[in-house]
Amino acid sequence: MTDILKAIELRKDYRLPRGKTLRALDNVSLTVRSGEVLGLVGESGCGKSTLGRCLLRLTDLTSGTILFEDQDISRTNERALRPVRRQMQMVFQDSYAALNPKRRIGDLLAEPLRVHPDKNGQKRSRQVIEARLDELMDLVSLPRSALARYPHEFSGGQRQRINIARALALSPRLIVADEPVSALDVSVQAQIVNLFTDLKEQLGLTYVFIAHDLAVVRQISTRVAVMYLGAIVELGDTDTVMQRPAHPYTAALISAVPEPVIGASDRRILLHGDVPSPVSPPSGCRFHTRCPKAEKRCSEEAPLLRSIDEGHEVSCHFPNL
Amino acid sequence: MAGDAPLLDVRDLCVSFRSGGRDVPIIENVSFTVCEREILGIVGESGSGKSVTAMAIMRLIDDPGVSLRGSVRFRGQELTTLPQKAFRHIRGREIAMIFQDPMTAFTPVYTIGWQIDEAIRVHERVSKSEARTRTVRLLGDMGVPDPERTANRYPHQLSGGLRQRAMIAMALSCNPALLIADEPTTALDVTVQAQILDLLRNLRTDYGSAVMLITHDMGVVAETCDHVMVLYSGRVAERGPASAIFTQPAHPYTAALLDSIPPLTGPRPMRLPSIAGVPPAPLERPPGCAFAPRCHYAHDACSVLPPLVRFAEQDVACILPGEGKALPPRILHGAEA
Repeated sequence: MTDILKAIELRKDYRLPRGKTLRALDNVSLTVRSGEVLGLVGESGCGKSTLGRCLLRLTDLTSGTILFEDQDISRTNERALRPVRRQMQMVFQDSYAALNPKRRIGDLLAEPLRVHPDKNGQKRSRQVIEARLDELMDLVSLPRSALARYPHEFSGGQRQRINIARALALSPRLIVADEPVSALDVSVQAQIVNLFTDLKEQLGLTYVFIAHDLAVVRQISTRVAVMYLGAIVELGDTDTVMQRPAHPYTAALISAVPEPVIGASDRRILLHGDVPSPVSPPSGCRFHTRCPKAEKRCSEEAPLLRSIDEGHEVSCHFPNL
Repeated sequence: MAGDAPLLDVRDLCVSFRSGGRDVPIIENVSFTVCEREILGIVGESGSGKSVTAMAIMRLIDDPGVSLRGSVRFRGQELTTLPQKAFRHIRGREIAMIFQDPMTAFTPVYTIGWQIDEAIRVHERVSKSEARTRTVRLLGDMGVPDPERTANRYPHQLSGGLRQRAMIAMALSCNPALLIADEPTTALDVTVQAQILDLLRNLRTDYGSAVMLITHDMGVVAETCDHVMVLYSGRVAERGPASAIFTQPAHPYTAALLDSIPPLTGPRPMRLPSIAGVPPAPLERPPGCAFAPRCHYAHDACSVLPPLVRFAEQDVACILPGEGKALPPRILHGAEA
């Protein structure tokens, strides 16, 4: 499997009033392999959305390097970035906010096709665009008549289909989906998760799938990266991470998910307190303030992300092995 | 549950809104009971009428276009016809409510402690310092670190988890017999949600309160509730003990809803079993079973509104059990792992 995207030591700082800085990403390195689904999980404020946006250069980095198919795009200007943008698209959580309410669906989906030239560098003709729009509607299982309607006429699930169709318009290779199903009801959520799976098979796509819901991430991902306060704490194959979590945070996160089964809560690891503020993260290991296994060393020395098994990395002094 | 009269007895509750010259039925004939110290889960998708049910009980729907029918009895006393003034002695004192967004439920211009003190002093004749002592104790009981200091902070200075704890402290300040919690953990992260659910589960022993927990999350219900009521499109689809509903759901909607949740353990299905389509809007509700258009088992007989019938331990609004075609028990993978 080749690598489609490589992120090396990404850092993103936000400047706050009174000289403070919020380090949203702290030395994050990861590789997205072609054809995989990489799940990014973590609680609010862990930096998963910032990472997603940085990977697509929707947010500028403070430092670090991003390689898209071996091309360094970390500092490329907007103009030079355009041909790369066609290859990578994003789907957002709020399906309504992502669509201009004053424009018809057909118009919204045609825009990327009008802005970007086709692969021969030619402007697409109206007929070509119209044919592509019909194709897109078929891909996401919406009636073609939807093209003539406005965003408010659709339900949340249908609107998310429209957002997916728009992301697919230019036949990208990589899609970053940021909490694409968390605003949906469970029954609709299952439809959209299935749609993501089907499209990946059909079109050979690669996803970075950002979500806080571990069950959804487990369902769709081949690999999972768990984030806590701006850093990746564990990374590995979905089944390995879910069945044998090495980081105490991953273990607690998995055990905290309420399962629709009676008696499932008996094996819960209850963490104390809330996630600390990323403006003043704890010293040493960032998780040591809530960690049931923390020792003196944890508050003094920050653990590095290291490999404990093939393809399984964890940043913890005392991982569960 | 003690065999005596229930704490809350809701019968045939109907709420409709006037819109465009028509009556739009939001909830229809919703009936259920909550016993002392019981935790009842009300579960359903958005628009199923969960919150409207709670608002109707609390008489918080204050719109001239709303018509409310049916009966809500609390300890035998009818609440729907009680004068507003008399109802104030019950709301907040006997029945308290917490909401999904603790930020908007608190006033941003007063400290948390001030607001909880006020809630106590509205219902009971106690001095300011006595009220504050109780506030601090309550905050401490709810697991708020350094409660004296936290009481002097403003809502925006607290994290979401702490705000929700403060909100529960305020709701419990007058020791209510019933706490209505409307999606109390939806805005929280899972690790914090686990803490809050733990707190709610212990209220019955620590405070003797019953809880009516409104949620869209079947996992939250399974981990917290004794009884469950599943709403679909403003009607009761199924209700009964959680142990029964999570092992053998009798309504195809309950079964399909449980199936569509991706499993956390066991084999991963290639595709998730999903329910096609979306719930009908109130005005487009079919005359028969509201779930029929999305149901695998739908047939001609479903065009008549099915009454709630007894099946095993639960009540179900479906004709399948009556036809001797009850659904099979749920298949669970790795539940004991």
